[in-house]
Amino acid sequence: MPPRIVGIDLGTTNSLVAFMNGEKPEIITDPGSGAPLLPSAISRLEEGSFIVGDVARQRARLHPKSSVLSVKRFMGLGKEHIDADDRAQYRFAEGEGPLRIVLDDDSETALTPPEISSLILRELRRRAEQVLGEEVPRAVITVPAYFNDSQRQATRDAGRLAGLEVLRLVNEPTAAALAYGLDKQEEAVVAVFDLGGGTFDVSILQLREGLSEVLSTGGDTRLGGDDFDRAIVAHFQRQLRLGDAASAATFALMLAAAEEAKRTLSAQDDARVELPLEGGTKIASISRAQFEEATIGLVERTLDRCKQALSDADRSVSDIDHVILVGGATRTPIVRAAVERFFRRTPLAGIDPDNVVALGAAVQAGILSGGTRDMLLLDVVPLSLGIETMGEVFTRLIDRNTTIPAAAREQFTTAVDNQTHVDVHVLQGERELAKDCRSLARFRIPIPPQIAGLPRVELTFLIDANGILSVSARDERTNTEHSIEVKPSYGLTDGTIEDMLEESFDLAEEDFTARLLIEARVEAETLLHTTERALEGHPDRVTDEERTKLVETADVLRAACAGDDHNAIRDQIDVVNEAGRPLAERIMDDSIRAALATRSVDELTD
Amino acid sequence: MAARGITLSDTAVARIRSLVPDGAPEERGLRVKVVGGGCSGLSYKMDLDEKRQGDRVFERDGARIIIDRKSYLYLNGTELDYADDLMQSGFNLQNPNVKRSCGCGASFGV
Repeated sequence: MPPRIVGIDLGTTNSLVAFMNGEKPEIITDPGSGAPLLPSAISRLEEGSFIVGDVARQRARLHPKSSVLSVKRFMGLGKEHIDADDRAQYRFAEGEGPLRIVLDDDSETALTPPEISSLILRELRRRAEQVLGEEVPRAVITVPAYFNDSQRQATRDAGRLAGLEVLRLVNEPTAAALAYGLDKQEEAVVAVFDLGGGTFDVSILQLREGLSEVLSTGGDTRLGGDDFDRAIVAHFQRQLRLGDAASAATFALMLAAAEEAKRTLSAQDDARVELPLEGGTKIASISRAQFEEATIGLVERTLDRCKQALSDADRSVSDIDHVILVGGATRTPIVRAAVERFFRRTPLAGIDPDNVVALGAAVQAGILSGGTRDMLLLDVVPLSLGIETMGEVFTRLIDRNTTIPAAAREQFTTAVDNQTHVDVHVLQGERELAKDCRSLARFRIPIPPQIAGLPRVELTFLIDANGILSVSARDERTNTEHSIEVKPSYGLTDGTIEDMLEESFDLAEEDFTARLLIEARVEAETLLHTTERALEGHPDRVTDEERTKLVETADVLRAACAGDDHNAIRDQIDVVNEAGRPLAERIMDDSIRAALATRSVDELTD
Repeated sequence: MAARGITLSDTAVARIRSLVPDGAPEERGLRVKVVGGGCSGLSYKMDLDEKRQGDRVFERDGARIIIDRKSYLYLNGTELDYADDLMQSGFNLQNPNVKRSCGCGASFGV
């Protein structure tokens, strides 16, 4: 049996690891304490070693300068992204190179965010290996849906540093949907409401035939369950007329009491807590109604983001088939009720909202190890992707069987003078001619009219981990850019892929012959056109003899193009090229001389 | 025409074996592909990859060449060599199907 693959939720506040126990995903708890969550905290001890998890979080209270609490915020960021708030919390290494957090005032110890995250991953890996009793070399790690390429790469790097092969990064909302088994449905639109300790994310997903596409994401990186606790503290301060200038120690005590009160309110209508303050212990109380009043603003903010995400996804509340609750703070009944009112349906909350993402990652890991679910799994690009080029041939940018995510970039130019736009026709398939491939999308990019061959249009193909292809075209001269997103797998089944492959094998010879002929003709036409233009533009730079020879050989080439022997065309192209060489060389000399004439001798000797 | 397959020179075998680490999965090897495009109409593409359904695999002394069915049409009979000298470094394909080739060596016509 190949080594097991685990699923990891590398969270801002807490991280978890899970595995497939038979058909069911299961969280791997800490073998010592039995705790499922590993606080995403690290701290550097004076002698130089690191501690991770709860002990690190405890130590951070006394040694904030040698601890990092939510490194995920810095993953994949550069120095230019660091703001004043961040600088107030951490010291960053000066000088060149990647962003590094200084962990000890006295030493030069500074770690990059991936290095810090790798300490957390290493601990999760250790946990898994101890519980499973085997090596755990491979993992699926979840990332927020809004993570960009460099944030995703930073996460992969962290995995690699922890000695893990990261087989796949899965979007957190997608993982939550997998945990609920929603991928088994044919088609569904899902809203994932993720209120963690310090961050809020909402995502709208489209699930279709086992594939998940993120339609939109929204959220607030400075809004989380901790804000609810702080709102309760503010209530206590008002109630006990304490004023809001508490010492750090008192505030920490009140926060702990607030958290306790919040938990009590999940089950009861009233909560009473003891506050061991400096002037003696005081009793504070809060009712559910008061809690609601204190936090209504926070709840409203989350719902505003939901509204925005829906509108970005071009969906309305009635389109949503399922709502999933993620994150410990969604246990709060008022949050749950607000979500239910907003989406007009009971949210899915059967799975512990703290565990759901990690469990989903384990489900994805199970799929990758081929054990559990049968679905069209796009580990690789099933059919080549490319564009239509001159002569209606298919030019591949990403080959079949390339592992995803994948990217390709290539420059293209025009074949006709004074084109005012370039049509980008995105195709998929294995045949050689555009008409035999699947058309995925078409768009047009305007360019300033120029001689054929001069414009430079850069095409970028990018397939993300969800199999979404984005194609962008940029005119290098004007920097105009157009792009589209398509789902190449849409409407594809294993059967159609099989048929398309078979067809490409059966017709390979015809296809290549047709393509060779078309391309030879295109090249011949380009050459004929250039030759004519050169003869017209520089009539005095060619001898009569050369002109006659050029015209004659060009006529033979034209005749060859009418036939269907690509080798005959290619041979004649060589003949015309040879006949035109003296003229081409003179034109080249002229233009070099013209260029040099405008320069001073000084410049040349430089 | 009789089946001729693909032959590998000693240097090509050594080079492929150094590219595919020992202990790599059985089906790993050098994939050679023929794709449309290039200055003479068709081009070679090479990559380290694994055998997939429908591929033909040619093996000599533990070095594997993987070719898809479509590319094989134009590679049948090819002799793969590897040169590493002052003039050039890289794989060379002696392909009997080729009618014309260009200066760069990466593109050819049939």
